Amino acid sequence: MEKNYHVCTGCGLLCDDIEVESENNIVNKVYTACRVGVAHMKEARRGEADFLVDNKPVDEATAISEAASILKNARNPLIFGLGTSTSETQKIAIELAKKINATLDDTSSFCLGPLAEALIQDKLKTCTLDDVRNKADVIIYWGTDPSDSHPRLLSKHSYFPRGTEKQRGWEEERTAIAIDVRKSHTAKICGNYFFQIPPKGDAEFIDAMIAGLSGKLPKTSYNYPPKKILELANILKGAKFGVMFVGRGLIYSLENLEPLFKLMEILNEKANFHLIPMVSSSNTMGFNENLFAETGYVNSVKFENGTAKHGPEYSVVESLKAKSVDAALIIGSDPLLFLPGSIAKNMLEIPVISMDHCETLTSKHSKVYINTAINGVEAGGSSIRMDRVKMSFEPVIETNHLSEEVILKKIMEAL
Amino acid sequence: MTNAMELYQMLPKTNCKKCGKTSCMAFAVSLMAHELTPEDCPPLKDEPKYKENYEKISELFKPSESATETGLIVHEDLCFGCGNCVVACPPNVANDPHGIGSGKAPTNPNKLVLAVEDGIVKAQNLGECRRFGKNKILCNGCIVTCPVEAIEFV
Repeated sequence: MEKNYHVCTGCGLLCDDIEVESENNIVNKVYTACRVGVAHMKEARRGEADFLVDNKPVDEATAISEAASILKNARNPLIFGLGTSTSETQKIAIELAKKINATLDDTSSFCLGPLAEALIQDKLKTCTLDDVRNKADVIIYWGTDPSDSHPRLLSKHSYFPRGTEKQRGWEEERTAIAIDVRKSHTAKICGNYFFQIPPKGDAEFIDAMIAGLSGKLPKTSYNYPPKKILELANILKGAKFGVMFVGRGLIYSLENLEPLFKLMEILNEKANFHLIPMVSSSNTMGFNENLFAETGYVNSVKFENGTAKHGPEYSVVESLKAKSVDAALIIGSDPLLFLPGSIAKNMLEIPVISMDHCETLTSKHSKVYINTAINGVEAGGSSIRMDRVKMSFEPVIETNHLSEEVILKKIMEAL
Repeated sequence: MTNAMELYQMLPKTNCKKCGKTSCMAFAVSLMAHELTPEDCPPLKDEPKYKENYEKISELFKPSESATETGLIVHEDLCFGCGNCVVACPPNVANDPHGIGSGKAPTNPNKLVLAVEDGIVKAQNLGECRRFGKNKILCNGCIVTCPVEAIEFV
């Protein structure tokens, strides 16, 4: 029997082997997905009103025209979010930003944006997750805990599965290494190959690893045992197909990416190493690629008469901090919740339009709230996986809610 | 978990054979192997002087009541469905090498020991588990690959 598999858009892994049982447009059972995926698939549906203005239910036309008038009257509106939106929606959002001369940004400006940019510009060697499954023998998880953030990374792609060139499995043919400031769940699986470093100790550890790889004595100010670093260097040198999964733990710890570039260069002189960023949202990578294709930048842009200006001052954090934006359209995100309070509170002073499939802190404090269909569950489209592979998906269940794509088109028309 | 000698100390030690075993020590060994339960010892269960010991032994075996024939317990509150155990389980790999064995969705669910359902691992087809039956092997593939100790054997 031909099986009907769905794509889970719960995280950046976009698992494409999910089976779902549904009845009367309600998801009853989800097979193979992790708990993150199951929660995402079963998220539908909620009783709130579809369109709210000033927290009062209104009809679609009123909400759209109110949203359009906020954007029209703004001198410098901000469009933010889109990490879980489909690529199709993101392209329309870019068009919209162009039309209204908006500042456009997503979470990558304070997450893994610099790494995504380096990958898109081919500055780092990368590979797909399928390559990892089939070929990888040395896998490093650095500053990331996929067991919690991307639960199926180890079982579906990296450490546990038998690949075409790795038939003897994790017991004999793969080595998993964790480098982190704490003993995470992933580090626990790595056993003796867990290297615990102090916070902000990553740059020094990279230098020590480079020294170890070059046959010198590795030294760190926190006296990490040189013997252990040399042991690590020896494993890395022997890698036939190595992969480094990099998370925010490493990126936040480095002043810039130079030490990482240098490490990858040295590793590739001695062995064969690839890098994959641990992108958390389902389509952050898609946003970076789509915006790069349009403007040459991956995030933090400000459109002005058709041209795009780029700089840290156009990121969501800096533009809200400087109060340079006077309205905000938030798509599938909750900045009021996750931005620092001192910065997020500036959002309360400007009119906000929030598009989300559930009530959030941001939606509660929005002038206009539009309840959208859940991407990947109620709305189809395509997304870019964290290894830059395009994944297309169909809706799992039907809904009366409009997709983000349709709503953005309607707002465009109303403008 | 306790050992057979500790269990023996709590039994009547009369070797009455009412349980069907030749001695109280043999009964303790059977208790450990989950072949018999504390209720199978009539004096322990019925005589008031053994009441305290009966309760103690019953308490010891309570956590394993939900255990399957192989002694496997899944702590559902801990499991988050990563599927490490499902992919690492040797019978799973042998029975479905191109599905589960390769990290993907099962293609042969009727032969799998472990599968993820609603984000939680479920034990099924226990006859396939290496810990099943008389010739069992003390395989620990599912335990060592679990990051949160959600799987336990008793």
